[in-house]
Amino acid sequence: MITFDSVTKRYPDGTVAVDRLSLEAPTGEITVLVGPSGCGKTTSLRMINRMIDASEGRILLDGVPVQGIDPPTLRRGIGYVIQQAGLFPHRKIVDNIATVPYLLGWDKKKARARAMELLERVGLDPALAGRYPFQLSGGQQQRVGVARALAADPPVLLMDEPFSAVDPIVRTSLQDELLRLQAELNKTIVFVTHDIDEAIKLGDRVAVLRVGGTLAQLADPKTLLSEPADDFVREFLGHDRGIRRLQFISTEGLRLRTDLTVEEGAERGTSEPWLLVVSGDGRPVGWVSGARPGELEPYGTFVYGRDSMRSALDAALLSPSGCSVAVDEQGKVVGVATREALDQALAEAADG
Amino acid sequence: MGDGPPSIWEWIARNWDTGRVDSIRNLLTDHLTMSLVPILLALVLALPLGLACVRWRWLYQPTAGLFNVVYALPSLPIFMLLISVTGLTQTTVIIPLTFYGMAVLLPAVVDGLGSVPDHVRQSAVAMGFTPLRRLLLVELPIAVPVVLAGLRVVAVSSISLVSVGALIGQGGLGGLFTRAYQNPFMPPVVVGIVLIVALALVADGLIVLAQRLLTPWVRARKGQGA
Repeated sequence: MITFDSVTKRYPDGTVAVDRLSLEAPTGEITVLVGPSGCGKTTSLRMINRMIDASEGRILLDGVPVQGIDPPTLRRGIGYVIQQAGLFPHRKIVDNIATVPYLLGWDKKKARARAMELLERVGLDPALAGRYPFQLSGGQQQRVGVARALAADPPVLLMDEPFSAVDPIVRTSLQDELLRLQAELNKTIVFVTHDIDEAIKLGDRVAVLRVGGTLAQLADPKTLLSEPADDFVREFLGHDRGIRRLQFISTEGLRLRTDLTVEEGAERGTSEPWLLVVSGDGRPVGWVSGARPGELEPYGTFVYGRDSMRSALDAALLSPSGCSVAVDEQGKVVGVATREALDQALAEAADG
Repeated sequence: MGDGPPSIWEWIARNWDTGRVDSIRNLLTDHLTMSLVPILLALVLALPLGLACVRWRWLYQPTAGLFNVVYALPSLPIFMLLISVTGLTQTTVIIPLTFYGMAVLLPAVVDGLGSVPDHVRQSAVAMGFTPLRRLLLVELPIAVPVVLAGLRVVAVSSISLVSVGALIGQGGLGGLFTRAYQNPFMPPVVVGIVLIVALALVADGLIVLAQRLLTPWVRARKGQGA
């Protein structure tokens, strides 16, 4: 666990970057520091590994004040991922990843073997090991940056806007990859971003900081969206926080109807305005309207119980039927969530 | 045979190794010494000075300014001034050439270290490099291409400038030019120019080769663009 105990950073010219910040980043969780530029989020991050020293207050790493630890020693025990990856241009990818093991005096063979293992772990082709950083794309470099941070298996990982310099599609895949890795590794991660959507997607807890380095709110993403502490947080969260909050509401318990499906080729008359045509192996084929029998209309699906209400609502909006199709992990139809069922679930969500 | 002037090849054969100090062979050796020593000295001195200028930024402008002034001074009066201290020796040529070399290499070292991207330096700090290891393992290697580019200029200009030393009797192959001044006979001039240019090209080629071996990552980057 990382503890900020009333930490202040004041520069010689009197500027206060961080003002009496107190918060905890629990072990094995992702704590995101988010806020506009000038809110001291990067300064706060760098005070953890003493790239910047706090002026007042204490930062504790599992109860031990970091100010008492020799900076190079402290830093070798903390993984760090920087915005533009910060790879060493003169070193091959494998040696970039093995940087901290080398510094710790590992045997070269062991360090390289570890690097190769990590290269695969972050989803990169082992053939890239012998390349130089400039031969890799931005997204690949950032994966190498993550692998390098993990090389010596540090319990703590600091990430300073690691995905903000890559395009949105790559960013999404890097975020998903981080969540997948974190599910395996359970590191204590402090993640800095200015992007509130990224904060909500990745954070177990999100600390919203305001300009001047004070903590506006520290909460899990769902609470943040439903109960912003003040106007600053509300404004920072943006306009569609109601819709975004739905992504934290499970579809488990959503009422499904199973009498609205019909097997392919067995279409028949019905009093229902829409019926879902299902293939022989249980997969959705399309909606058929009572008004225009024989014409298949598009459908949207969500994985029942795993996907959020946001996905269920999205799936409903993709189909002229206004209903969304609940499927299981294998893609087989479990049932249909009608407008009425969605409406009821939304009403419950709105109540809190 | 006969009374006519000897051909250039005859002249070379006759003067290559006469055993006297002004044999072509001895002049070539002197030339090499008086150009290589300043090149290496300039490199060895410019590195720590450049590091100091990066560490203490205020030091850079006055130091670079001083070396530029020295660079601007004509070499002849400097030789005259130095003769009173070091006499008519090779040292009198080596000292100003070292300063000229430093005038080029100091900015090269400072710019080279400046070419280390900020995010690379910061990630080195964050990985837990001590300042010395960071310098030796990250910053200096990344500075190598820029420093070597400066070194190529220094090598070629030093090899060429040594010949000015002939004015005080220590010019290496430059001695061949003063001889022609006294006696209008061309072969020594041609031999001098050809050897000096050849030396410069060999030195330049060696540095380029060293650069290729030391910085494969620069070639890799170019290959990427192609």
